Amino acid sequence: MKYLERRVIHGILLLIGVSVLCFLFSDLAPGSFFDEMKLNPEISAETVAGLRSQYGLDQPLPVRYGRWVKSVSHGDWGFSFAYNMPVKTLLVVRARNTLFLTTSATFLAWLIAIPLGVWIGSRGGGWEDRLAMAGTSLLLSVPELVLALGLLYWVVRAQTLPVGGMTSVGFDDLGVWAKICDLTVHIVVPATILVLASLPILVRHVRASMVEVLKAPFIQAARGHGIGRVRLLFRHALPAAANPLISLFGLSVAGLLSGSLLVEVIIGWPGLGPLLLEASISRDVYVVVGAVMASTLFMILGSFLADVMLVAFDPRLRME
Amino acid sequence: MGTETAAKRAATAALVTIRGLSKQYLQRSPFSRKKFVVDALIDVDLEIAPACLTALVGESGSGKSTLARCLAMLETPDRGKIWFEGNGISCCNAQQSAHLRPKIQLVFQDSAGALNPRFSAGQIIAEPLEIQGREIKKNLRSRARELMEEVGLSPDWIDRRPLEFSGGQRQRLAIARAIALRPTLLVLDESLSGLDLSTQAQILNLLLDLQATHSLTCLLISHDLSLVGQVADFVAVMHQGSIVEQGTRQAILTYPRHAHTRQLLDSCRVIESTFRTAQAGGRS
Repeated sequence: MKYLERRVIHGILLLIGVSVLCFLFSDLAPGSFFDEMKLNPEISAETVAGLRSQYGLDQPLPVRYGRWVKSVSHGDWGFSFAYNMPVKTLLVVRARNTLFLTTSATFLAWLIAIPLGVWIGSRGGGWEDRLAMAGTSLLLSVPELVLALGLLYWVVRAQTLPVGGMTSVGFDDLGVWAKICDLTVHIVVPATILVLASLPILVRHVRASMVEVLKAPFIQAARGHGIGRVRLLFRHALPAAANPLISLFGLSVAGLLSGSLLVEVIIGWPGLGPLLLEASISRDVYVVVGAVMASTLFMILGSFLADVMLVAFDPRLRME
Repeated sequence: MGTETAAKRAATAALVTIRGLSKQYLQRSPFSRKKFVVDALIDVDLEIAPACLTALVGESGSGKSTLARCLAMLETPDRGKIWFEGNGISCCNAQQSAHLRPKIQLVFQDSAGALNPRFSAGQIIAEPLEIQGREIKKNLRSRARELMEEVGLSPDWIDRRPLEFSGGQRQRLAIARAIALRPTLLVLDESLSGLDLSTQAQILNLLLDLQATHSLTCLLISHDLSLVGQVADFVAVMHQGSIVEQGTRQAILTYPRHAHTRQLLDSCRVIESTFRTAQAGGRS
């Protein structure tokens, strides 16, 4: 319980630190959302000054931060100047779309990486291992942007999958099954890009952990007792190799909100990526702060989840 | 052909007969692509008599562990043959090795590393029994408790993890796992190294007890001739991948013929008094 309390306090302190830095950097950046209005001859300087005053942008930074903290404590994350709606409502919808994409891609990537990494780890030095290492090196060397554009080019040429967006026109009129099918065909391209981008790292980590563990004397001892290959790999070696993988899984969870921003922008997925890009360009401060805080919250939760899983999976840590 | 027939005939008398066993490892230089060959075993000939304690001694890197791993079918020799109970084991298929493995058990040097740190003592002992189908599932735990008692561990510690045991207790646990399948040959690869003299003596006593109770054949691998010389019936001395001298304990300790055996005897520690003290004290 003490450990849990300590982690919660650390998390709160981290959130406070990130929020302070967010406000500080947004204040250091030149201009504000209303500065562009000054270029419009139809809007008078008094109107712009009135709007700045209405939204509290004429106040010094500590006052603005204090007001924001107070409103967040009441569940209000501020107001979007560009969308003219509460940040919380805006973020919830966009974060839901992002989570749908990233959770599916992360789940798929781990589903492929674990058996593949275990298999090539058990073939350490063999042609399968060398082939997989060459393949993952190739994927690692290709930037995510090139991967996304390449796949997009191929999909446009093949005309088999929809390009861009999350749903088709008239999605709301479809039945449940048709809606699921529509979402599935739309998620294929962005999820494939995310899986291809994360897979080499995951496979290499699983492989490296397995190669290390398979050299351990207790694995040799288990072989000596006639324990079969599959049981040896999945009951003895994989749990022993799990600790670094659990930490990596925590990082995967931490990146659920922020890991797909580039892909979302390229594919046109209506998630946090395009929203954050637009908000940063237009200096929609509270949207940027809200999105960064949500990402930080996921990072804290991911790290906490990894710690809990480590304790649950490793009896040695429970002993400590 | 004639040599092979003679070796086969010898194999029927001895539990294990090893003839012309050689093993090489290919190593790569860390800073270049240059490869070099390490001769771990060179034409090793050895016989292990049934229900006896044979000691294999030699300095580090002399090939003792490689020989143990070849015997336990964890390594495949490059040349030569091993007969166990008259059956060749050096080049048997997966089905044959699965049949023979329970009969030859290896106890490793590093007891902390050789026991799965995530398993409890009960799980460690019961797993080979479960795999080999020697016990029905509901009897596994009680059988594990019996085996723990047999090696001098409290059955109440059945749920403890390996790291909760001392070095000597872990070695007892490893022996309990090894004898669970009632093997014919128990190979102890430097299993006494790293233990204090009193614990070494206690483990040796345990081995002698087990050997007497189960008519177990033991191959005790060590670099300490003075220690194994106390209990072994036969001693074989290894040097640079070859067996340079073998014979009865009396012959090796009293009239060593090879210079390396004499060197080992000269450098060995005097532990007889400690051993006797521990023997008198019994098990902890």
